[in-house]
Amino acid sequence: MSPGAIADVGAVSTRIRRILRELGVEPEVVRRVGIICFEGETNIAIFTKGGRITLMVWDDRVELFFADNGPGIEDLELVRRPGYSTAPDWARELGFGAGMGIPNMEKNADTFVLRSRPGKGTAIRATVWRKGNERQGSSAGPGA
Amino acid sequence: MAFPHPEAEVGGGFCSDLLSRAMAEASPGDAWITYQRHLNVVAVAKLKELSLVILARGPEPEPEVAARAEEEGVNLLRSDTGMFELAGRLYALLAGGPETHPAERG
Repeated sequence: MSPGAIADVGAVSTRIRRILRELGVEPEVVRRVGIICFEGETNIAIFTKGGRITLMVWDDRVELFFADNGPGIEDLELVRRPGYSTAPDWARELGFGAGMGIPNMEKNADTFVLRSRPGKGTAIRATVWRKGNERQGSSAGPGA
Repeated sequence: MAFPHPEAEVGGGFCSDLLSRAMAEASPGDAWITYQRHLNVVAVAKLKELSLVILARGPEPEPEVAARAEEEGVNLLRSDTGMFELAGRLYALLAGGPETHPAERG
């Protein structure tokens, strides 16, 4: 996406938060999922020409999937380190590129899986458990 | 610029021009003081449930920023005061101390 696309960052997280609230998902879970989504949206807008964000709501957890065909991530260890960023200057001028995106996603997720192939794209699965982080529970189908 | 929630109470403050730091560290109810003045500021404030965004002294933001704030229910103010002084004044107000800079006091 171009610098112009960055202006829409936040639109998906706002919509997802609304859906989660309507489904009666716990406010703390909504808050964490909102932050994860915002950071994922930001990365898609800064680094790729577009991507897909999928929300799955279960009785015991909320999952967010991010998938793009962007440039991929060269060093999966480095991007998890706070302060490391490869964001272009135009994004930094807007206050992005502080190297907090992936760390912030990871911090707010209970499980965080990052897969990437340089030149192919990136896929992320972030899970936030509901009801006080109970790890067990039913695996009923998606609610949304 | 936009003040859709005059009833909102400010519980604390946060200063940063880095949006990701605001995403990571600002608390709900905070007033966020920043020089950034684009649409993403409104998105961050909304997501973090901030009480108020204060745009410190600087150029007039694009009109769609105030419009988006109104639409999203985000309180957005603009000041002719710089970030340092704004933060000091707000801090003093929140801490219950004197509002003026020590240099201004008799």
